[in-house]
Amino acid sequence: MDYTALLPEVVLLAAAVITLLAGSYLPRRRQILTRWFTLGALLTSASAALIPLGQPATEIFTRTYAIDTPTTVIRLLVPLSTAVVILIGRSEFSGTPRESETYALLLLATLGTVVVAGTTDLLVLMAGYLLASIPLYALIGLSRTARAAEATLKTYLMGALFGVLLLAGITLLTALGSSSSYPDLTRGLEHAPPAAIAAGFVAVIIGLLFKAGGVPGHFWIPDAAESSSPAIAAFLTTIPKLGALIALARLVPVAPSSIDLPLLIAVLAALSMTVGNLAALAQTNIRRLLGWSTVSQVGYLLMPVAVITTTPTASGALLTYLVLYALTNLTVFGTVACLPRRKNLTDWAGVARSHPWLTGTLIVGSLSLLGTPPTAVFAGKLLVFTATWSGGLAWLVIIAAANTVLSLVYYLRLLISPFQTPATIPDTPAAAQTPKSPSVMPVILGIAVIVAGPIALGIGLL
Amino acid sequence: MLSVVIFLPVVIGIVLATSRRLPAAIIRWVWVGTAGADLLLTLVLTVEPETGRTLRGEQRWEWMPGIGSSYHVGVDGISVPLILLTSIIFLVCALWSVRAIDRPRPQAALFLFLQSTCLGLFAAQDLILFFVFFDLSIVGMYFIIAGWGHGNHRQSALKFFLYTFLGSLALLLGFIGLYLGATPHTFDMVALSQAGAFTGTPLVAGLVLAAIVVGLAIKTPTFPFHSWLPPAHTDAPTIGSVVLASVLLKMGTYGFVRIAIPMLPDAWRSYAWVIVVLGLVSVLYGALVALAQTDVKRMIAFTSINHMGYVILAVGAAGIIGSDTAAAQQLAVTGAVTQMVSHGLITGALFLLAGVFYDRTGSYDLRQYGGLARPAPRFAGFFAVASFASLGLPGFSGFIAEFQIFTGSIGTTWWALFALPGILITAVLLLRAFQRIFTGPTENLSPGFADLRRHETIPLAILMGLSVIVGVFPGPLLALIQPAARIVVESLTP
Repeated sequence: MDYTALLPEVVLLAAAVITLLAGSYLPRRRQILTRWFTLGALLTSASAALIPLGQPATEIFTRTYAIDTPTTVIRLLVPLSTAVVILIGRSEFSGTPRESETYALLLLATLGTVVVAGTTDLLVLMAGYLLASIPLYALIGLSRTARAAEATLKTYLMGALFGVLLLAGITLLTALGSSSSYPDLTRGLEHAPPAAIAAGFVAVIIGLLFKAGGVPGHFWIPDAAESSSPAIAAFLTTIPKLGALIALARLVPVAPSSIDLPLLIAVLAALSMTVGNLAALAQTNIRRLLGWSTVSQVGYLLMPVAVITTTPTASGALLTYLVLYALTNLTVFGTVACLPRRKNLTDWAGVARSHPWLTGTLIVGSLSLLGTPPTAVFAGKLLVFTATWSGGLAWLVIIAAANTVLSLVYYLRLLISPFQTPATIPDTPAAAQTPKSPSVMPVILGIAVIVAGPIALGIGLL
Repeated sequence: MLSVVIFLPVVIGIVLATSRRLPAAIIRWVWVGTAGADLLLTLVLTVEPETGRTLRGEQRWEWMPGIGSSYHVGVDGISVPLILLTSIIFLVCALWSVRAIDRPRPQAALFLFLQSTCLGLFAAQDLILFFVFFDLSIVGMYFIIAGWGHGNHRQSALKFFLYTFLGSLALLLGFIGLYLGATPHTFDMVALSQAGAFTGTPLVAGLVLAAIVVGLAIKTPTFPFHSWLPPAHTDAPTIGSVVLASVLLKMGTYGFVRIAIPMLPDAWRSYAWVIVVLGLVSVLYGALVALAQTDVKRMIAFTSINHMGYVILAVGAAGIIGSDTAAAQQLAVTGAVTQMVSHGLITGALFLLAGVFYDRTGSYDLRQYGGLARPAPRFAGFFAVASFASLGLPGFSGFIAEFQIFTGSIGTTWWALFALPGILITAVLLLRAFQRIFTGPTENLSPGFADLRRHETIPLAILMGLSVIVGVFPGPLLALIQPAARIVVESLTP
């Protein structure tokens, strides 16, 4: 057994435990140390992910955990995204009574996401799912408002329901295939009754869609995005999706060809993008709008999953889109987090004059979510559309294109809002003035969004 | 060299956008200087001797080898005239704005950005690159209309964005179709234009062509995809309208000649009659609706639909192949490209003149003017010249273009005769508008109307002068276009 192969995960786990313990003993004014420690641990974990680079893909621990390109990408992307979240939330977390606990929870959720993405075994998947979900409930509730409590409860109930569904599906599949690891399952399911297999897969997929925040597991996303604190909103609309989508991409090829799983995924993709976009149209709260927009993004992300068995480029397209999506979504949420008091679109009136750089970042971010070239997500969309079409699902590409036009309406409302003339002076001058430093982060991200697309395509689809 | 031409404006634009303390006067002259320098560079590129290759200034760098896309630019006889036109129009806009006071810094930066996207589009030899510039031009124009427009400009800008973005997505679907239809898969326009590059079935080719035609027809715009154009023009700022009409609309028609015809020749031949009908309807519809307008700017916008209709008619007619029609087809394609240039020059001038109405009185309503020739003789003179040029009087570029279009189109299909009334109606409406505004007693808003100033006369003189030069000495321009038109027609021959 090669335990060093799990170094990135071990680093995250150890860091979570140490942060929790250290936080309990450190005096209040020294809590800042845990922040630096967490950031260091996340960077260490990401660097450790580079160790297996260049080696052929393997499956370790009796073939329950894959060390391959998707795992490496996730091991890099997820800790780095969490680090960005911590930087975004720097003024929001530091000095709060629960600072170190927040970091510990973020680390655990990060670990859970990595495990969900890396595993090739249904039972480990369940463990990862719980590990990624339970910290989320606490994180949403951290802001301690009535609405946050409601969002926590909603997420918890949804999570419990979908978790049970996932567990039921896992039980069924394990019983039918007399194994829980994917390679054995592929063989074991060959002669099982198709109806039972289908039921098992549907349950597992829907359970995972709760993590991904796609239809039908999306109900918690807008509430949580609106009522949790801004940096946490950035976290929970970005990071859990990354793991869940890779898990789906690993699961779909396991199904025997008698079950038309790709069709189910395609239909769910179409539903996700349509529902997300239609709901976002009517929103006035900026974070709720962005929450719904992430639901629609899951739809686009599911497109390559639907053709993962037939198109060789689908896996590369999915990974590229995931990276670019994470970057863009963090940018937009990071921008919004800089002006936390401006909750509605109308509150952003006049921001173009007072914060031109933030406005620029918001424009770049929304154009990227929309998929306008040459920003990041355009590159992702191009690859995903191409892969899906050549996988024989041209109808899905057309639905996605129509949905992109639909999404234009609310993304334009978002990016034009800073240019409106404010009806009244929004808040006191002190509140309108934000300290200079937090706005640096989103601006850097915004620039990255512009250059990432061409670069990602340039390096040849990872 | 070509890349310098493309990216010089945007680089200067970024510098302007980030340097906050520059005084407005310097910004305006930097803008004029950049546009002028870019025009000079373009001219150098044009007179550069042929190197034997088909593309001038060709540059190619690997960009996304994984999906067969590269940074590939180069110009030929179809794109050079349009690149020159783009440089001229943006210089004219810069000159026109030397007195502008409304946020000159972001305005200059935006126009420079837009100039780069337009130049890049006409130079692109890769579909993804083409698409990138296509979409960026929409974004730039959106901010120009929303930021500097008047009237109901936010609504109009949104409508513009929605429509043309929808078009761009249809285009993207078409491009993906072209990519998947070629073996090996590639986005390179030169490779895709080679005979037999598209290997899909006729049904697939038809669908891909449909997606591309819808995308381009929205941009052009042709009937029935035109409804974004009148509000966008009416509410856009003057120089925004000029760029929209003179350069952005050409992206659609350029796409027909550059992408649709050479890449899907078989499908184009099969459906050429659809394109011809689209063109005919646009010609007549644009002219008739323009006749009913009382708003000067709306009227000019509808004549644009009419004029673009001739281009569509010509490219459609070029796809109808009979025995011994090669010469006529070539004439039609040459006429189409000439018309793009000519319309850019003339309509640009007309929109500048329309802007003068708004600057002076805030009203575009031609019923509110009368006898304007007395207080503003130079204005009346330019308006008369521009109107005559627009209705296709010999001696102006419009005549050369429309003459070739009609000779070529009628040579392949007699259906083109149906477009002739379009010319007549346009003549009637332009002359009627001129009469209404400039002759008769000086009344309503006319008394005290200030005549053109120098910064307004110079740009107008440039545009009209060029139109006359093309009209009287069309030789050099046609010599530039004809070889490229021949290649386009050859690609259509089965």
